[in-house]
Amino acid sequence: MTTGTAPGPRTPAWQRRRRSAARFWRQYRTQRAGLVGLAALALFALVALTAPLTVGSGVTGVTDAPGSPLEAPSGEFPLGTDRFGRNLLGLVVWGARVSLLVGLLAAVLSVVIGTVVGITAGHFRGAYATVLMRITDWFLVMPALVLAIALATVMSRSLGTVILAIGVTSWPTTARLVRAQTLAVESRPYIERAKALGGGHWHVMTRHVLPNVMPLVLAQTTLMISSSVLAEATLAFLGLGDPTVISWGGLLQDAREAGAVSSGDWWYLVPPGIAIAVVALAFTLCGRAVESVLNPRLGVAR
Amino acid sequence: MSIQPTAPDSASAAVDKAAVPVPAGTAARGPRARTTTAYLRYGAAKAGGAAVSLLAVLVTGFFLFRLIPGDPVRTMTGGRPVSAGQLAEYRKEFGLDLPLWEQFTDYCRKALTGDLGTSYQFRTPVIDKITEALPNTLLLTGTAFVLYTALGMFLGTRSAWRHGKLGDKLNTGLALTLYSVPSFWLGLLVIIVFAVGLGPIPGLFPTGGMESGGKEGFAYVLDVAHHLVLPVLTLVAVEYGQTLLVTRSALLDEMGGDYLTTARAKGLRDDLVRRRHAVPNALLPTVTLVFVNLGRTVAGVILVETVFSWPGLGGLFYQALSVPDLPLVQGLFLFFASAVIVMNTLADLVYPLLDPRVGR
Repeated sequence: MTTGTAPGPRTPAWQRRRRSAARFWRQYRTQRAGLVGLAALALFALVALTAPLTVGSGVTGVTDAPGSPLEAPSGEFPLGTDRFGRNLLGLVVWGARVSLLVGLLAAVLSVVIGTVVGITAGHFRGAYATVLMRITDWFLVMPALVLAIALATVMSRSLGTVILAIGVTSWPTTARLVRAQTLAVESRPYIERAKALGGGHWHVMTRHVLPNVMPLVLAQTTLMISSSVLAEATLAFLGLGDPTVISWGGLLQDAREAGAVSSGDWWYLVPPGIAIAVVALAFTLCGRAVESVLNPRLGVAR
Repeated sequence: MSIQPTAPDSASAAVDKAAVPVPAGTAARGPRARTTTAYLRYGAAKAGGAAVSLLAVLVTGFFLFRLIPGDPVRTMTGGRPVSAGQLAEYRKEFGLDLPLWEQFTDYCRKALTGDLGTSYQFRTPVIDKITEALPNTLLLTGTAFVLYTALGMFLGTRSAWRHGKLGDKLNTGLALTLYSVPSFWLGLLVIIVFAVGLGPIPGLFPTGGMESGGKEGFAYVLDVAHHLVLPVLTLVAVEYGQTLLVTRSALLDEMGGDYLTTARAKGLRDDLVRRRHAVPNALLPTVTLVFVNLGRTVAGVILVETVFSWPGLGGLFYQALSVPDLPLVQGLFLFFASAVIVMNTLADLVYPLLDPRVGR
């Protein structure tokens, strides 16, 4: 970016964007719940990113586990050990990487599908839009988890499958929201001006509609990550995740298979579940804060 | 914070779209006959839409389980070493040696007559397994549905009426937290605390299943109720938050309405204004979303039944997908999807009777 040096024709646009980003942050700062969510997310992201330095990939090794199986929390193992004698604290920290990565990628996939469907359905009218919105409504009503489970069952067990299964089943809400926003934007005079000056479909959709729906997409992504993290944990718990990687849902499945429930080993179950819940809650809080900054009238309602 | 009429959220937007104003003058020419034909036309459109949706479910069910990576027989045998002869036999048994088009027509004909194939692990017709498990699921889901809808609406109304106060914040916070908790995890914790017993708390309830066996008459009913407590508790805990938030925002949308000021000016007591004027108007978007969210409830039911070994459809689904027993997974997929579509259509057909603005 050359904003600092030669003032090109795009400089005012960048200045405007920087100003609106600063204004966004000023308003976001007033949302206490949103700040708490953001702080929690920063903490989890830090833990996940620094995991190779703090715990190392060695924690997942089954053969040379440091403790004996199913040890209760102690000074040496603050959260106890799992059924192979591995350090549970290390596993929860390591599991954050997969859970967050899958949540993020699945949410991005879902929001990208939703945005493309929403913008094109709002831009092109007629049969195309009707068919597309019927498909969207169909997916909206469908039990997403059942569809995701069916997909994950027939495909091979891998992280890619999980991401795909969550992504292609959770996009319809985004598509509906983006379409509504697209219709609102396209009715404004400057779209007519752009068309009169010779702007084609692609130009209108990418240069005028997309920047206007971006804030909505951002809020939606944040909320989607929350549900994707939950969906990932659910699929892993049902044994549909990648069995070779450690994730929070997978840890819970391990705990259940090791009989932690009937023997009352609550310390095996609590940490991964709390991690899932805190991350999901943090993303929800952030998403709602972003929403109410973008649409102040929602502030009272939500 | 000021009491402003809030932005239409998705719920009220859906209602606005449906609420086409009745053209002036139609009322004069026999309102009764007019509304009946309008309702029939609306109902026919909804039923037609539902038929298309069900057909889409049927097609998805077929292609999902036949076309995705290559060979269903290989998936079915789960990578075990199988001889070429056995593979050919499986192909013939499941009709996979026929051309795709014939497979499809065959599948549609069978599905429409209730023949969903034979379960791979139980060796019994899939439809029998479904009808066997259905009453148990209905018992669990029905009880939980009534409780969480009532609880969500009650707390949501309270929360909206006193929005911004401490009670509202606690209510919304708790609902959001429970909404973020994985339902299966909550179920496992509930089992540990209330069924296995933790520390001083004795195990009060059974850890799973639906009955202890050997009971008859009233004792049997009590026994099932005893087994029902924990799964219902878990399901209510994870699902009521959604109803609460929807009710709350629907009621907040009504809070700025002039008719409420009028009602207050007439001298009505506060809770009468709420009960008689505000809540009925907020109810419709809530009902809409409660039904649209049934898909999410299905997910909750699958997980809770799995965790509590409840002998219903969700537990069956889990058994099927851990094999994987493809005919059973497919049959249950068709069943869950169709059930949700049918329920939504029924809800669509009932709204105009609740709210005269819809469907005219």
